[in-house]
Amino acid sequence: MSASPKAIAGYDVERVRRDFPILTRLIHGKPLVFLDSAASSQRPASVIAAVDEYETLHHANVHRGVYQLSQEATDLFERARERVRGFVNARSTREVIFTRGTTEAINLVAQSFGRPRLKAGDEILLTHLEHHANIVPWQLVAEQTGAVVKAVPMDRRGVVDVADVAAYLNERTRIVACAQVSNALGTVLPVREIVKLAHARGAVVLIDGAQAVPHQKVDFKALDCDFYAFSAHKMYGPTGIGCLIGRESLLESMPPWQGGGDMILTVSFAKTTFNTLPFKFEAGTPNISGAVGMAAAVDYIESIGIEHIHAHEQRLLAIATEKMLKVPGLTIIGTAPDKASVISFTLDGVHPHDLGTILDSEGVAVRTGHHCAMPVMEFFDIPATARASFACYSRESDIDALVAALHKAREVFS
Amino acid sequence: MDLKDLYREVILDHNKSPRQFGRLDPSDSSADGHNPLCGDRLHLTLRLDGDRVSDLKFEGKGCAISVASASMMCEAVKGKSREQVAHLFHEIHEVLTRHDAPVPEDLGKLAALSGVREFPVRVKCASLAWHTLNAALERSDSTVQTE
Repeated sequence: MSASPKAIAGYDVERVRRDFPILTRLIHGKPLVFLDSAASSQRPASVIAAVDEYETLHHANVHRGVYQLSQEATDLFERARERVRGFVNARSTREVIFTRGTTEAINLVAQSFGRPRLKAGDEILLTHLEHHANIVPWQLVAEQTGAVVKAVPMDRRGVVDVADVAAYLNERTRIVACAQVSNALGTVLPVREIVKLAHARGAVVLIDGAQAVPHQKVDFKALDCDFYAFSAHKMYGPTGIGCLIGRESLLESMPPWQGGGDMILTVSFAKTTFNTLPFKFEAGTPNISGAVGMAAAVDYIESIGIEHIHAHEQRLLAIATEKMLKVPGLTIIGTAPDKASVISFTLDGVHPHDLGTILDSEGVAVRTGHHCAMPVMEFFDIPATARASFACYSRESDIDALVAALHKAREVFS
Repeated sequence: MDLKDLYREVILDHNKSPRQFGRLDPSDSSADGHNPLCGDRLHLTLRLDGDRVSDLKFEGKGCAISVASASMMCEAVKGKSREQVAHLFHEIHEVLTRHDAPVPEDLGKLAALSGVREFPVRVKCASLAWHTLNAALERSDSTVQTE
């Protein structure tokens, strides 16, 4: 890592910060230093305004009424779908299913794709660094079908080796589900290679993109995976909305997951005909304002440019890594060569929970705990870590505030 | 919000050098406590002499608040009758959860835990050991959770 990476040309972080009203808040009398964007990022004024405008002027139920407002709401909702499609380069909007978020998207695939097809002895292959949301749905479907869940190991840096993935794949592997970026360690996984290997074995691949989408360009078509799941609230959008992107031929072959309105064409007590894609998987009134907010978040990211955000965050990652390692007793957990802007760490003699409280008293918000990745914590034999994560609005002085607060924590516990 | 209220000298001291740390073998009862939110785990063993807790020890990992609370609790409870322990539990519970509760004079060192109530997310850290003690006294072998 270079000693002092130069600012990214043309990236004006102070200007970006002015788009986020919450960043002017004081916490315990100190300026908010928000370093928990990996858990949920803040929203720019444009997203807040888009949701507000929808609620104020355009709300009605979608796909139902013949009246003007319902048409407006439907247009906004379907335009949001098209916006998200373009963002991740899905082939058509039939491949874009709105869900409550990544977790629901993965559960949908486990239950609608996995449950009818999996047989006793079939294998579902995960990696050791998965978030609970990409473990538990597979354990549930394994329990229901007699399939077996296996996990590709990682090394002490938190790297999953493609050769190990190849070694774990076999003729019984039906589904491979892995994160593109680890939320607990920051590791970027070689998902393109994993997809190739899995497809060569005839397995279907789901990628948990929750931590990837806010940091790097995602191209569903080029990745060539079968399912891709992500959430709006980690990419500057609202909570409670996300997407499952799925290969159309697979989605067509899958039965509906939930039943209700909007997912049917005709219903009689004898027989129900299901709606076409993507509506087949969207039972009930959807989160319309959430979808509108998600589309506004896409607009926002594209107005800055995801490649600029990526470069800015990588610069902060390098600076933070260097500065934090100078704090005596600090250990970074997750040292993969290819990382997203996430730094998990421990500080000798200070439990992460105490660290979180002390940092908070300085206005510094970091996540502490197991990060919904207990197998990762167990691997490193620690109960928890603290985690700082950076977004488009993070700045170098945030890192200085973090480091100063870490020194304060050492003082309290000296 | 003042950190000094939370991390008082006596709490930092008990975190650094926990008293009654370890495991009694043999013991008359034991219980496990677990706070999944922060990963705190403790194992409590105790010996009974009739109605009295003649000795007790704890071991495990946790944040400063949970370790100090367990350490001070073991020190305070040693030699006390079940009734006295129940009374102490009630007092601690009040002090931790009621913002305006007066801090009883007979709490001694344990009064230091009263600072925790200004930090609501940390109350569970302080109460873990006490719930575990209750479980051990009820001769329950089940794991206690504060989440």
